[in-house]
Amino acid sequence: MNTIEPTVPTWATSRSRVARRYLIPLTASVLIVLFGFALLDWISYEYAYLAIYTILQYVVLATAWNILGGYAGYVNFGVAGFFALGIYTSVVNYKTLQLPLPVIIIIAGIVAGIVGLGMGYLTLRLRGVFFSIATLAFAVVLNTVFNNWHFVGGARGVPVLRPDAPLFFGTYPRYLFGVLLVLAVAAVLIARAVEYSWLGRGLAAIRDDELAAECSGVPALRLKLMATTISGALMGMAGAPFPYYITYIDPASAFSLTIAVNTVAMPVIGGMTTWIGPVIGAVMLGSLQQITTVTISSALSLMLVGVLLVVFVALAPRGIVGVVKTLRERWA
Amino acid sequence: MVNPELLFNALLTGLFLGGFYAAVSVGITIAFGMLDIVNIAHPAFIMLGAFVEFYLNSNFGIDPLLASLIAIPPAFLVGRLLYKIYYYAFERHGEESLQGLAFFFGILFIVEVGLLLVFGVDYRFVEADYIRKTIEFGYISLPLRLVVPMIVGLAMVAAIYFFTSRTFLGRAILAVSQDPGALRFVGGNPMRVKEIAFGLSIATAVVAGALLIIIQPVEPSLGREYIGRVFAICVLGGMTSLGGTVLASIIVGITEALTTTFGGPSWAPAVAFGLLIFALVVRPQGIFGR
Repeated sequence: MNTIEPTVPTWATSRSRVARRYLIPLTASVLIVLFGFALLDWISYEYAYLAIYTILQYVVLATAWNILGGYAGYVNFGVAGFFALGIYTSVVNYKTLQLPLPVIIIIAGIVAGIVGLGMGYLTLRLRGVFFSIATLAFAVVLNTVFNNWHFVGGARGVPVLRPDAPLFFGTYPRYLFGVLLVLAVAAVLIARAVEYSWLGRGLAAIRDDELAAECSGVPALRLKLMATTISGALMGMAGAPFPYYITYIDPASAFSLTIAVNTVAMPVIGGMTTWIGPVIGAVMLGSLQQITTVTISSALSLMLVGVLLVVFVALAPRGIVGVVKTLRERWA
Repeated sequence: MVNPELLFNALLTGLFLGGFYAAVSVGITIAFGMLDIVNIAHPAFIMLGAFVEFYLNSNFGIDPLLASLIAIPPAFLVGRLLYKIYYYAFERHGEESLQGLAFFFGILFIVEVGLLLVFGVDYRFVEADYIRKTIEFGYISLPLRLVVPMIVGLAMVAAIYFFTSRTFLGRAILAVSQDPGALRFVGGNPMRVKEIAFGLSIATAVVAGALLIIIQPVEPSLGREYIGRVFAICVLGGMTSLGGTVLASIIVGITEALTTTFGGPSWAPAVAFGLLIFALVVRPQGIFGR
């Protein structure tokens, strides 16, 4: 027997959906940024800003990686390559035009996005494994290029002087913190929007079974290309402020394996299928690393990341989000 | 005009390097080509082998090649153990692609940082009589530190070739690479065969490590340069073919030697990766693949 569902006026459902999807997260984001800026008055210890900077940088990187890696299941090992593209776009700007930081972040995003699109176009038609290997190769090719490009310092590196910070922030570490806070919130909003849109649903279908998805009319290649472009652009944007943070750029620091491993480990540990996972992973792992680097040693803190990555991927492949979900279901 | 003497020596160096690269990549041809296990940690195990041989050489004066023979049995066991973990955690659930990659990425990182913690960032080298000797014929020079690795490397690949084509177990490995279901059907246990093959793959890594430390001083992060190289060679060689691996190794070796001689050594690392991307785009089934 057919039952007729009580009809709800479409405007009502759509309005609550709009609120849930866009208004609440937007309001929350604005509040987070305002709260962060309010902190500027309380914390006078400059090192704290740089510590938080690192964590926020990993929020951006992990979120960006997850758009392709978590949503579509394509593992990108070339994070350092995209990050370094942003870094060197910024270095070129430093040596020539000296445009302000927010402008150069956007340019870095465009550069890295275009490179991501080109790379995806070359390799995304292949099996996922080949894509992963090609991304590794991509990072090493870029590393070699920057090693030989003397204008941006070559293998020796180039010192970067911090310009004066805008008046509102006072000191440069505070300014970097503010910029990264906005960038991190924007990255998470983008990832969330992707996840809930047709793009995210298509990517999830690709992750589950690419062949079946394509047979049901999902334009797999196009969606993967979009994800690679967005993901690469965000990684490049995370790299642009980095020269001003570390003040000396050489290929070894721009292409460090630590960045690649952290960026892969954070979403895996946090949980890859939803936007909150990489944020949880980045904040937890980032803080843990800050603490162990200061109290024990930096090599040991790296070891910890590797071990956590292996343990989580083997025992809890759905990450912290998955563990919490399972526990909740068991108690409910 | 290109100096013919320089060109000839570059080609010769490339040939020697090719023999060594064959030893480095044969483990990937087994693990990735035949078993479909994307072991990106393979170069890290090569570094681990190199440092084990450095330790045995500097503390007990054992020849690096002899030291690699000593290291083979433990490496074989480590490989089998690693495959067991991989099988129970991923392959059994059919989740090997994404999670397996992240798993081996973590292993790579753990091995590298472990070596860093134990041996530090200094370059390490081994002592043996033949390392400093060079045989000269007119203007052709044959440095033994390159000739010996080439001979040992090619001998190892030949031994694996005969193992896989002539012995029952070796043929079982080829069978599992073609159709694990069929192997099960005729009474074989694919998991056990793969476990042994993966052990073999890691065992080749410690031998390659000995060859590497004979050729040049090593430090823990050197392995990263080899990640792209080994996969480039494996893909170029047609994934499962051992003969293809040797030919692809020589191609990569010669291209790198020519780049080093005429373009400068700082460009050499990009060669293999360039070849790899080129191969993936133009001919993903490899030069010698079907």
